[in-house]
Formats: sequence, C-alpha cells, structure tokens
Amino acid sequence: MNVDEHLFRREAGRLTSALTRVFGVHNLALAEDVVQDAFCRALEIWPIRGVPDNPSAWLMTTARNRALDIVRRQRTANTFAPELGRMLDSEWTLAPVLDEILAADAIPDSMLRLMFSCCHPRLSESVRVALILNILCGFSVQEIAGAFASGHAAVEKRIVRGKKVLAESKHLFDTAVPADFSDRLPAVQRALYLLFNEGYHGASPVAAVRAELCNEAIRLSAVLLQHQLGGTPATYALAALMALTAARLPARTDASGNLVALFDQDRTLWDQTRLSEGMRLLELSASGAELTEYHIEAAMASVHALARRAEDTDWDAIISLYESLIAINPSPIVALNRAIAIAQRDGPDRGLAAIAAISNHERLASYPFYSAAVGELELRRGNRQRARSHFQTSLEKARNATERRFFEQRIAACDRPSAQPPDAAFLDASLEPCRMSDGEEDQ
Amino acid sequence: MSEFLFLFRGSQRLARSPEEIQKSMQKWVAWFRELNQKGVVKDPGNPLDASGKVVRGHGKDVHDGPYAEAKDLINGYVLIEAPTIDQAVELSKSCPILEDGGSVEVRPISKF
Repeated sequence: MNVDEHLFRREAGRLTSALTRVFGVHNLALAEDVVQDAFCRALEIWPIRGVPDNPSAWLMTTARNRALDIVRRQRTANTFAPELGRMLDSEWTLAPVLDEILAADAIPDSMLRLMFSCCHPRLSESVRVALILNILCGFSVQEIAGAFASGHAAVEKRIVRGKKVLAESKHLFDTAVPADFSDRLPAVQRALYLLFNEGYHGASPVAAVRAELCNEAIRLSAVLLQHQLGGTPATYALAALMALTAARLPARTDASGNLVALFDQDRTLWDQTRLSEGMRLLELSASGAELTEYHIEAAMASVHALARRAEDTDWDAIISLYESLIAINPSPIVALNRAIAIAQRDGPDRGLAAIAAISNHERLASYPFYSAAVGELELRRGNRQRARSHFQTSLEKARNATERRFFEQRIAACDRPSAQPPDAAFLDASLEPCRMSDGEEDQ
Repeated sequence: MSEFLFLFRGSQRLARSPEEIQKSMQKWVAWFRELNQKGVVKDPGNPLDASGKVVRGHGKDVHDGPYAEAKDLINGYVLIEAPTIDQAVELSKSCPILEDGGSVEVRPISKF
C-alpha cells in the first residue's frame, strides 16, 4: 500500500480542471476547496482502511460526490458553469452530466481548457506560468516562491491577480473552437517553454525541484500533443526540445549540487529513453512550412545529443542553427551563444571578435553570462587577470546562489596555476531563462 | 493482554499543499504499517466525520457539531492490544498527528 510519488500534486490539477468545468471558472476557489476536501478525506481514511487500488479513481469519486452535494444545496443561490446551461438544475441531467465531465477520458481536455484560460491575453507571461504551476501542477505559493527563488508576497500577488482575471473571464476557454485554439496556442506553448526553462536554467538551488518543473512542463506538453488541434509541428518541436534537454538533467549537477557545464558532463549519464523520445518527437515536428524557435532549439539539442564526446560536436551545424535563430529572434543572447559556438570551432580569438561584433550588446549589460563568456575566452588565451575581472563582474550580476557558486568556481580556476581544460562552461546557459524578478510589474 | 482505545484529536484539515498532504499520508501509512507488523491492532477502527449532532440534557436538546475547537475534535479511533498502558503509550508516540499539533488519547478498555 504505497502512494505514487507526487500523486496528490498530479491529481490536484486533474481534479481542479474537471470540477471547474462543472462549477464554472468564476468558482475556481470552490473547485479548489472540493479538491482539498477530497485530499483531507483520503488522509483520514487511507491510513486506516488501506490505500485504494485505484487512488485516482477514489479521489475523483469523492470529489464527485461532494460536487453533487454542493450543486444540489447551492443551485438556487449560486450559478455554476454557464457552458452547461440548465443541465445542473434538474435531477434528470445533473448526475449524468457530472459523470460525463469527470470521466477519465474527458480530463485531458478539461486540463487544456484551464491551461488555455491561464494564458489569458490580459496576463503577463510570468503570471501565466505561476498560475499554471499553482492550478494545474498543484504547487503552493510557498513552493513556487521556493522554485523561483522569489519572494512569497510577489508570487502570491501574481497568483491572486491571475485568479481574479480568470474569474472575471466568466467562461472557460473553449478548446472546441479551432480559430480560438490556434490564436491562443502560441501563448500556451510559450508558457510551457518558460516553465521548462525555469526548471532547466532556474534559480532553485535544489536540483530535484528543478527536475520537477521540467517534468511538469513535459507532462503538460504531452496533454497538449494529445489534442487534435494541439499537436502542431511547433508543439512537437517544443516537446522534442524538452525531452532532448531534460535527458541531460542527470548529468547537469554534481553530487554537491553544482552546475556541470555541457562540455564537462558525463554523457553516459544522459537519459537514453528521453533522448530517443526527443529524436522521435523531432522527426514528427518536421512537417508544414513553419520553422519556429522551438524547431531550431530542438535541432541544436539533437546535435549535442548525437555527439558522443564533447569534442565530436558538429559546430558547423550549431553555428548555422544559431544563425537561423537570429533571423527569427535577433536577441543579443542568441548572438552571444553563436559567438561562443564560433569560439568552440575557430578558437577564442575569433570568438571574442564575434562577441565584440554583437550589435545590440548593451542590452546584455545585466546578463551575467555575457561577461562570463568574455572571461572564459580570455582565460583560454591565457589572460588570467583579465578573465578574473570578467568573472568578478559576472559574480556581481549573478541572479541566484547556483550562478554565484558557478562564477566563484570560475574565479578560482583563474587563480589555479595548472593549465585549464578547454571547456565551454557557459555554453549550457544558452537559452534565456524565464525572468521572474520581484520588481516586475504585471500590467 | 489489555485493550486500549486510541482517540485521535486535532484536525487533519489544515491548509496544506498537495505535496505536504502526500508527505503526511506517507507518515500515516508507515505508522499503521508499523502497528500492524507489531500485531498490536485489535481493530483498525474508523475515521469520524467532522459533522454530527450532540443531544444533551433532560430537554433532549439537539445541537449541531462541531462540538469543540478543531484541536479538540475526535477524528478517529483505533483499538490496540498491549500488555500495559505504558507500552500502549509508547506505541502512540510515533503517531504523525503529534507532528501536526494534534494528540492521541490512550484509554484502557474497562474489564469486568
């Protein structure tokens, strides 16, 4: 009688999504109460009676009965989901409608309705991500604040604001309208991408927490892929990018929780199942005319995945992918990464020249990996003092403890007399992490 | 061998995240498993619903629950077998409810 790891967190998202379809999006808080109630009953009953054979079904039945009770008692005073019309008013239709919505095969669509609702155009990206984590992934405010190394009050403010907008939107997003679906899909993909990046590049010093965020992003992407309109080439590319990148998680931190650069990772630790899943998804993404950033980033991840040793990396391919990426997204961070790839192929002098040529590099002023990249290349040229001062700048701009530790190690490397291994420590910082700074103003 | 009723007081219904509920669940399941392995569970008992009625006095007044503050509310019981009350008390000490601010009342079943 064991309980699956994260069972309650996973079920929280499923149950809340289903119940919101019954109660209406304006009654999200009521749905959350019913879920909490079902969990508390489980906590009272399972230890004594034993964990049921199908814990998910038990929780769903408990929530269903409670929902039925609430609808019966409140239907004159409260209005429930407008989408259901008067179906909840009559005993003839109440239970059948409830059972249809709460059926296991209806849950993925309910999750999508809520996920799309969370990506409301009135909400900023950071609010969307926080809402998805809270409502669909079952993370508390406290846990989200921990994962983002962000203040409790700031996260709470985001979630309260997000829920207010959700409640005011009156209707849950309707996944059955193809035009609306396609309109909102990019925002949903972007939120999942940011959620994933927060896991992979994120601020939490706890590797397990970051891995969980990656897993959640992968899980929700799988739900999106299942939907007839959700499984677009871009979604496949996004899922491929996540699988190929997450495959590196086991090698990404060492025993003491320090980041291990892509080039120093023990590639035998990479998750082969995820790599082959990623390659399969990448193939499925290759249809249609649209080339998205997800396609390019997934292709880059696949180039790394295919290199058995770091020195086998196909730099020509990586550089040309960065150039395609710059064409879509002329971000100085992408240009910086291209410069780093050039340094890998042609040596540090050419790399530094490419960095100097980045046109809008002043936008990188606060980005700690900018000075780190220069420092790394100076170190390779043997300019220890110069390298040291660049890493010192990075250290001052570090955004979290993991980054700080990483730059401290680089500074220590400058002070070591021995020859440096030719690593590209900063390369793994490639993708721009989701920024959820506390000072951010949400419209 | 004597029998003792363990009465659990204090609400499980704290505001907790799913992950915290999961951890609490694991502790409860582990505790009951330990009791079962020791062979001291005479009857696994039942959880009690927080609702209910109280009937009181000559007037047979009927009151709705809850009867007390959450921390005093009995929310379940188990019947335990142990040679002495000290040993029964020892068994209760690893009950997870204690970590959540609740209590276990250990009451010997009277023998005639």
